[in-house]
Amino acid sequence: MLQFFLKRLMALVLTLVVASGVIFLCLEIVPGDPALYMLGLNAQEDTLAALRAELGLDMGPLARYWAWVSGMVVGDFGISYTYRTPVAEMVAERLKVSLPLAVYALTLSTAIAFPAGIWAASRRGRGADIAVMGVTQLGVAIPNFWFAMLMVLVFAIQLRWFNAGGFAGWEAGVGPALKSLTLPAIALALPQASILARVMRSALLESLNEDYVRTARAKGLSRGQALWRHALRNALIPVLTIIGLQFAFLMAGAIIIENVFYLPGLGRLVFQAISARDLIVVESVVMLLVFAVVVVNFLVDIAYALVDPRLRGQV
Amino acid sequence: MSLRNLIIGGTLSGVFLLAALLSFLWVPQDVTQLDIANKIRPPSAGHWLGTDHYGRDILSMIMVGARTSIAVALVAVGIGMGLGVPLGLAAAARHGGWLDEAIMRGNDLVFAFPSLLIAIMITAIFGASAVNAIIAIGIFNIPVFARLTRSGALSLWRRDFILAAQVAGKGAVRISVEHILPNVTNLLIVQGTIQFSLGILAEAGLSYVGLGAQPPTPSWGRMLADSQTMVSFAPHMALFPGMAILLTVLGLNLLGDGLRDMLDPRLRRLR
Repeated sequence: MLQFFLKRLMALVLTLVVASGVIFLCLEIVPGDPALYMLGLNAQEDTLAALRAELGLDMGPLARYWAWVSGMVVGDFGISYTYRTPVAEMVAERLKVSLPLAVYALTLSTAIAFPAGIWAASRRGRGADIAVMGVTQLGVAIPNFWFAMLMVLVFAIQLRWFNAGGFAGWEAGVGPALKSLTLPAIALALPQASILARVMRSALLESLNEDYVRTARAKGLSRGQALWRHALRNALIPVLTIIGLQFAFLMAGAIIIENVFYLPGLGRLVFQAISARDLIVVESVVMLLVFAVVVVNFLVDIAYALVDPRLRGQV
Repeated sequence: MSLRNLIIGGTLSGVFLLAALLSFLWVPQDVTQLDIANKIRPPSAGHWLGTDHYGRDILSMIMVGARTSIAVALVAVGIGMGLGVPLGLAAAARHGGWLDEAIMRGNDLVFAFPSLLIAIMITAIFGASAVNAIIAIGIFNIPVFARLTRSGALSLWRRDFILAAQVAGKGAVRISVEHILPNVTNLLIVQGTIQFSLGILAEAGLSYVGLGAQPPTPSWGRMLADSQTMVSFAPHMALFPGMAILLTVLGLNLLGDGLRDMLDPRLRRLR
């Protein structure tokens, strides 16, 4: 187990090192001088040089890469070119929106997908199964930002149950804050829930075909008892993988959904930073998201190995 | 069930493909021609799907937009297959070697980036355009096809007919091309359909946030972005482009499901 853990950890660190290198290189070749952008075209040469020195732009690429990475390890993400505030502070501020949104959406999608998938699998081939499969087929195909717009039209404009956009802020209390995240979370959760329900259904159907379920049935358990006590536990492995992978999609999907609802999250920060050529912010946010995805997948891998000893040998 | 999926899926995606092709020859109204006097009109006999905020015919916009969506998604699948399949074949042929390891770790790396982030970075670097959207979506397709090809090929390499080919003196490259590739084609076709539909969704998302095809080239995502501020009084502007995306993606997914059931008899028996 220790060997498995160390091997996975090494792969994790290696992935992060390469990813940071790729991100740094990509943004290194972006044309445009941030100092010139900040000061405008009429800037004096000596002011430009002073600002470049202040931002660390006068160092060589390797030195800058090292400064960026070693800073990030201790939580120093550098200073934003446009806002002149520490990037870490900006990111922390935005995470207060983006992280709860992702968790909210993940909770919703699991809460919808589990019962739907189990229900469909236990009524295989019957009306309920066909209905669930039909709805999930639509859920996978619908662009979530369009679904978000339709929800705004119905629930915000027509029924006036929710605001069409914006974030109430956690200062306003948990209730109003969660309320302003509800429509975005539903929009993010819908495609994920559809995928998850399908995976749940097929994993459950597969484990219902296994011999141990037949044994359980032969021992006198009802179909429902066999499903809940035996089949479901084994079906959870593929379902957990998908939940782990979905985290990445939720973070990325949030970038677009935050734009639909004008939420002040990481996604909007990235877009604002791109249009303002605030590369240090783009670099740091992208790296942070990659870090989150890699770590979540690492944790899922470790969780598996703990649950299922057979997987430890396969690295 | 599978035949029904195949027919519905094929019809839906066929309609949009035909609409895209037809748009090269004929559209109800030129999409570059503005008609401000007739802006934001609901569906009527003259404009079946209404007009947008510049008075452009929405049906024509959707037809020309189909062109953008399909082209971007199709080329992105082409990039993914063109690079991913050889990589996967090579990884399987040299299973366990450094090449296999390097290719798989490289794939992990691409998987670690949420696809949209790649797209955003690429457009941040090279600017927003349809071509950069293609590259962004295509890059994410490479590991998908590489993994699929590798896993399909790995199981084939253990089969007797490959051993026979080896005994006959064929090299790894020749075996991969002559014996492995034809046997993973079914897998690739099915996955290609799925990636095609994902590509359409991705293109719509990118152009919605302004990172895809640039105006005046119509694109479905852009139409939705334009309609957003007018959705309260002109819902038709948001409804029809969204329906176009939904139906195309739904069609392709059903087609993929149908093809998988048809091409993989093992699955057909299980159902």
